[in-house]
Amino acid sequence: MIHLQGITKSYTTGAQSLQVLKGVDLRVEAGELVAIMGSSGSGKSTLLNILGLLDAYDGGQYQLDGRDMAGLSERRAAEMRREMLGFVFQSFNLINFKSAAENVSLPLYYQQVPRKERTRRAHELLDRVGLLDWADHLPSQLSGGQKQRVAIARALAAKPRVILADEPTGALDSSTSEDVMVLLKELNAEGMTMVVVTHENEIARACGRTIRLRDGLVETGMDVGA
Amino acid sequence: MRWWERDPWLELAQVFLRNPFRTFLSSLGVGWGLFMILITVGASNGLEEGVKSDMGNRVKNSAFLWTHRTTMPYKGYPKGRYFNLNTADVAFLEENATSLEAVAPRNQLGGWRGGNNVTHGLKTAACGVYGDVPVYKDIDPIVMMEGRYINQRDLDERRKVAVIGKRARQLLFERDEKAVGSHIQIQGVTFTVVGVYRSQQTGEDAEESENNIFTPYTTFNHAFHMGDEVGWLSLLIREDVHGDTAMAEVLRLLKAQKSIHPDDDRAFGNWSMAEMHEEMSTVFGAFRWVSFVFGGLALFAGVIGIMNIMLITIKERTRELGVRRALGATPAVIVIQIMVETLTLTVVAGLIGGVLGVFALEALDTYLAASESNGIFRHPHVTLDVLVTALTTMTILGAFAGILPALRALRVQPVEALRS
Repeated sequence: MIHLQGITKSYTTGAQSLQVLKGVDLRVEAGELVAIMGSSGSGKSTLLNILGLLDAYDGGQYQLDGRDMAGLSERRAAEMRREMLGFVFQSFNLINFKSAAENVSLPLYYQQVPRKERTRRAHELLDRVGLLDWADHLPSQLSGGQKQRVAIARALAAKPRVILADEPTGALDSSTSEDVMVLLKELNAEGMTMVVVTHENEIARACGRTIRLRDGLVETGMDVGA
Repeated sequence: MRWWERDPWLELAQVFLRNPFRTFLSSLGVGWGLFMILITVGASNGLEEGVKSDMGNRVKNSAFLWTHRTTMPYKGYPKGRYFNLNTADVAFLEENATSLEAVAPRNQLGGWRGGNNVTHGLKTAACGVYGDVPVYKDIDPIVMMEGRYINQRDLDERRKVAVIGKRARQLLFERDEKAVGSHIQIQGVTFTVVGVYRSQQTGEDAEESENNIFTPYTTFNHAFHMGDEVGWLSLLIREDVHGDTAMAEVLRLLKAQKSIHPDDDRAFGNWSMAEMHEEMSTVFGAFRWVSFVFGGLALFAGVIGIMNIMLITIKERTRELGVRRALGATPAVIVIQIMVETLTLTVVAGLIGGVLGVFALEALDTYLAASESNGIFRHPHVTLDVLVTALTTMTILGAFAGILPALRALRVQPVEALRS
């Protein structure tokens, strides 16, 4: 599903150039649940942004579902995100003046799905994550765990091929973290491909495979989960 | 954006209603700008209307001409010579002046601050008495209340008939007394009243002119021993000829006729309504222009205010915009969203200001009409073209105001926005 080969990325701040990714090779097959671990500064967030087409890469090759992602225009990138990818963020990133259902249906809005259909699907997804009764609540009226479940429902809305989660449990306490991970594992069990960036071993252990990043490179031979 | 659908507008409403007070404050400027344009333009229209109606809707293409003394010697005549126009000159002008529609000779007796000269029974009054021709009614329109105006047969037969003003009637007759058919004495000469009129002017001017009495020009000259003398000429200039051109022609003809030096401009006095109208139109045109410019500046300041608030909002909504991008909003979608938000805020604010402005003018107009004041301010209003221009200007400004915030929104990188 995801195939990275020799991906490099550097950031230039002023005169200094910082090489964040130094040639990452990575392969994620369809239906996998993969954790990406690494200390801060190891480049894991950058890698996730590149996977999510939110950031461009300097060199190497990125194939998503067999399609080359090199040199996408902003417009094409937006379209690809819309069709292929679902995002789950550490800080949820729900739009705070929209209700849970409206947040969930936002990706469908950008796909120009008719309103009725959007609402129906949003309710279906909220039901799936156990929050149907909160459909009309604003994010401010939800707990952290509920917010993340709404965010997961939103990530699922456009029926993506891959879900990218950036520290999905980073802002949650341990029991709600567990709930969220259970939900993610259930979705994975239903066939969804997932990449989870985390620095928590427990989370990584819940995933099928762990990839460690260190100084912009994938560490080989380490498999924490095994 | 698919604007015919409900969703984009719901989105807009959500964005604006998130902080209703700030939305209100930021749109106040544009509303106020449009309000001010309408009020000031309306007020200057009202002033123009008031001043023009104060002049009694006197025919715009009328002019008046009288004689002074000559100031240059010519053809053996010394300077300082007195001369008069006479009936022959009227006929000469009617024959030869191509720029005139009509020529009306006039003579006057008594008038402003004059002594009592008219009696009816035991009542006396001090009136302006004029010798007139029928065409004068086309030059200075009056409204007949009873009876008729002077006609050609009155002149031909030198009938001793008189048309009296509303105020002259009040002074000379009892309220329930029949005026038409009654006799009045003007400086001892008996005239039969054939009509009563009122003026189209307002205020003191109206009172003054309703105190006048019109008699046939021929009768007047005969009765009051004027011979063929003409006091002054009232001219009706053809619509397609400019007032100055017409007056130049008339003066050239009359100078030749009366042996006056062609350059002796001070031998005649003249006054032209067209000139007056032109001057006033210039003044009021400038008024309107100034109000439009100042209102426009207020509008501009308002639009800048909206742009400013949009820029601030973009800053606040960085994360929201980033999320939208991550969820698949293309750059074009974001640009359109911000442009439409700015434009909608501007247009809605402007429309509210505009509607309030129109209502305020309407209310003022109604109040003025009800108070029946005869001041020089009446019927304030704006024409549709002013409204359309103001709204168009506002829309264009609003569209421009959206560009900068939209570009700012476009610069928001999803990565940056989502960095926690």
